Amino acid sequence: MTAPQRITSAEGTALPMRGNDIDTDRIMPARFLRAVTFEGLEQHLFEDERAGSAAGDRAQATLHPFDDARFAGASILLVNRNFGCGSSREHAPQGLLRAGFRAVIGESFSEIFFGNALIIGLPCMTVTPETVSALMERVDAQADAVLRIDLGAGRCEIGDFGCTVTLPPHARDALITGAWDTTSLLLERYQEVDATAAKLPYVGGWSA
Amino acid sequence: MGQTLLQKVWDLHTVRTLQTGQTQLFIGLHLIHEVTTPQAFDGLRARGWRVARPDRTFGTVDHIIPTRERTRPFLDLLAEDMIGSLERNCREFGVRLAGLEDDRQGIVHVIGPELGLTQPGMTIACGDSHTSTHGAFGAVAFGIGTSQVRDVLASQCLAMEPLKVRRIEVNGTLPPGVYAKDVILTIIHRLGVSGGVGYAYEYAGDTIERMSMDERMTICNMSIEGGARVGYVNPDQTTFEYLKGRPFAPMGEAFDTARAWWSSIASDPDARYDDTVVIRAEELAPVVTWGVNPGQSVAVDGRTPSGEEVGGGGGPVTEALDFMGLEGGQAIVGLRIDVAFIGSCTNSRLSDLREAARVVRGHHVASHVTALVVPGSVSIKRAAEQEGLDEIFRTAGFEWREAGCSMCLGMNPDKLEGNQVCAASSNRNFKGRQGSPTGRTLLMSPAMVAAAALAGEVADVRGLA
Repeated sequence: MTAPQRITSAEGTALPMRGNDIDTDRIMPARFLRAVTFEGLEQHLFEDERAGSAAGDRAQATLHPFDDARFAGASILLVNRNFGCGSSREHAPQGLLRAGFRAVIGESFSEIFFGNALIIGLPCMTVTPETVSALMERVDAQADAVLRIDLGAGRCEIGDFGCTVTLPPHARDALITGAWDTTSLLLERYQEVDATAAKLPYVGGWSA
Repeated sequence: MGQTLLQKVWDLHTVRTLQTGQTQLFIGLHLIHEVTTPQAFDGLRARGWRVARPDRTFGTVDHIIPTRERTRPFLDLLAEDMIGSLERNCREFGVRLAGLEDDRQGIVHVIGPELGLTQPGMTIACGDSHTSTHGAFGAVAFGIGTSQVRDVLASQCLAMEPLKVRRIEVNGTLPPGVYAKDVILTIIHRLGVSGGVGYAYEYAGDTIERMSMDERMTICNMSIEGGARVGYVNPDQTTFEYLKGRPFAPMGEAFDTARAWWSSIASDPDARYDDTVVIRAEELAPVVTWGVNPGQSVAVDGRTPSGEEVGGGGGPVTEALDFMGLEGGQAIVGLRIDVAFIGSCTNSRLSDLREAARVVRGHHVASHVTALVVPGSVSIKRAAEQEGLDEIFRTAGFEWREAGCSMCLGMNPDKLEGNQVCAASSNRNFKGRQGSPTGRTLLMSPAMVAAAALAGEVADVRGLA
């Protein structure tokens, strides 16, 4: 068992991935779930809409952000509303994490995606739509600009632009204290789990 | 002050408050399948943990299995690997598995209820977003990811944040040809695909109360498409009648004890809700999606939106129409289809197959259409065969398959090809969802899929039924 890793900050260049309601089928198409490990998923992010794919080549008047060399090596992902909706596949945040992303900033996230990202140590932080636009514009203008996120202070800075980033208190505390990998936490006082279960009539076979 | 079902179930299952402020919630039933569990079992092995409650864990195979040829080993080696992995894991950790040769096999959200595993007042978790289906029984059911599957396997608990409750009341009589699927598609269209984030949806009102369990499952199933991780219906006589005699349901005196407890966890009449929405059933029509999320839909006698007008699901309309190969202002009736798919955890139950068969009987699938029916479980398949539904479908030119998730997500050989258009009774019209990156999905009720299969294009089932 490794010591819990405290995640207090994230720093690096950013990649703007525009659009509302980007679902996990788009982030990680289902055929890449056909494996018993998460290894190699970073190679398949948004695969079906990137250059070289049928849809990508047909629809791409502009370069897909994940194909844009300017954003190569980015560690902060910028998104819009309801990012990660749809399927509960953890393969989507796993792919992002394995591709080197250390934080996602967006207008809002699907709850399942948010939880799947948190439990693997990938913070998803929210800002206003205006702030997302401002951040995306800055990154478009200067792709090598470095974003610095301080989770505890709830601040994000890029050049001379600073903004508040929001994490629900439970997620912030979990990341900062290294309690984001919840299994150990849930096993800590297992006798209390048994006590709760014992009070549920259906667990005891209805022998009231 | 009264409480909602969600509050009652939440409180009864709360173990403690974690240092992060989250609730440690006991999970009454953990359903597992082949696709989202291998890494979770590996995580257990790596740390030397056991499955905490094998007696509250039940597995089946559904996502990746072929629906045509089931001889082992599969031609699809990756599928063989994943199924084999689940079989080994279940053996090693002592978990019950309704595997491929088991009479109880089927889509996880179909067999849980069918076997009576799913019961009112339970907390349920499964590594699949459509776990919300089980809410039809008055359970609080969460779709989770693989690391959370590991949490539940190891501790039978989840670390959760509380949810708000939105009551969605549907009142009145549904017109003929309008189904539960149309009700939920309408709800998603009106409230948006992210409208339910942070909420549990409580479906109520006399329309819902008159619905069968199959219909309630269709509604709860698609809660997640509206952003709500949890959806539920308060348990009532319909629920209890359904459960009576199911293999894992309590029997005899225990059933009476259970029924009293199940009744007690329903929302109180004076419960407070964070929001309420009211829908009139009479106003509803058969719904068809035209876009790339389940909120982008319109009544079958309507037209695609034009210009930059934004549909219920949001998202740029023109981009969605472009992907779908549609124009703004185009009539929905008459859209040509290539494939018709009846199946999925949304609409593959016996009543769905009956409604579709009623439309199909005595007709034939259009010559350019590939049509398939994939029953939700072995038991549904057999029941349908006893009624002769398979004959009706086969005679009409449908393929009659073995139970599984199939073309809902195209993880097995059942996939769209190229930019085929599919009339589907499933739940997601996302880009690439049905296995072809450029494939296009039109979501609708099973009866509407049947009508489209016969016509070779989208047709209004109200003219046929």
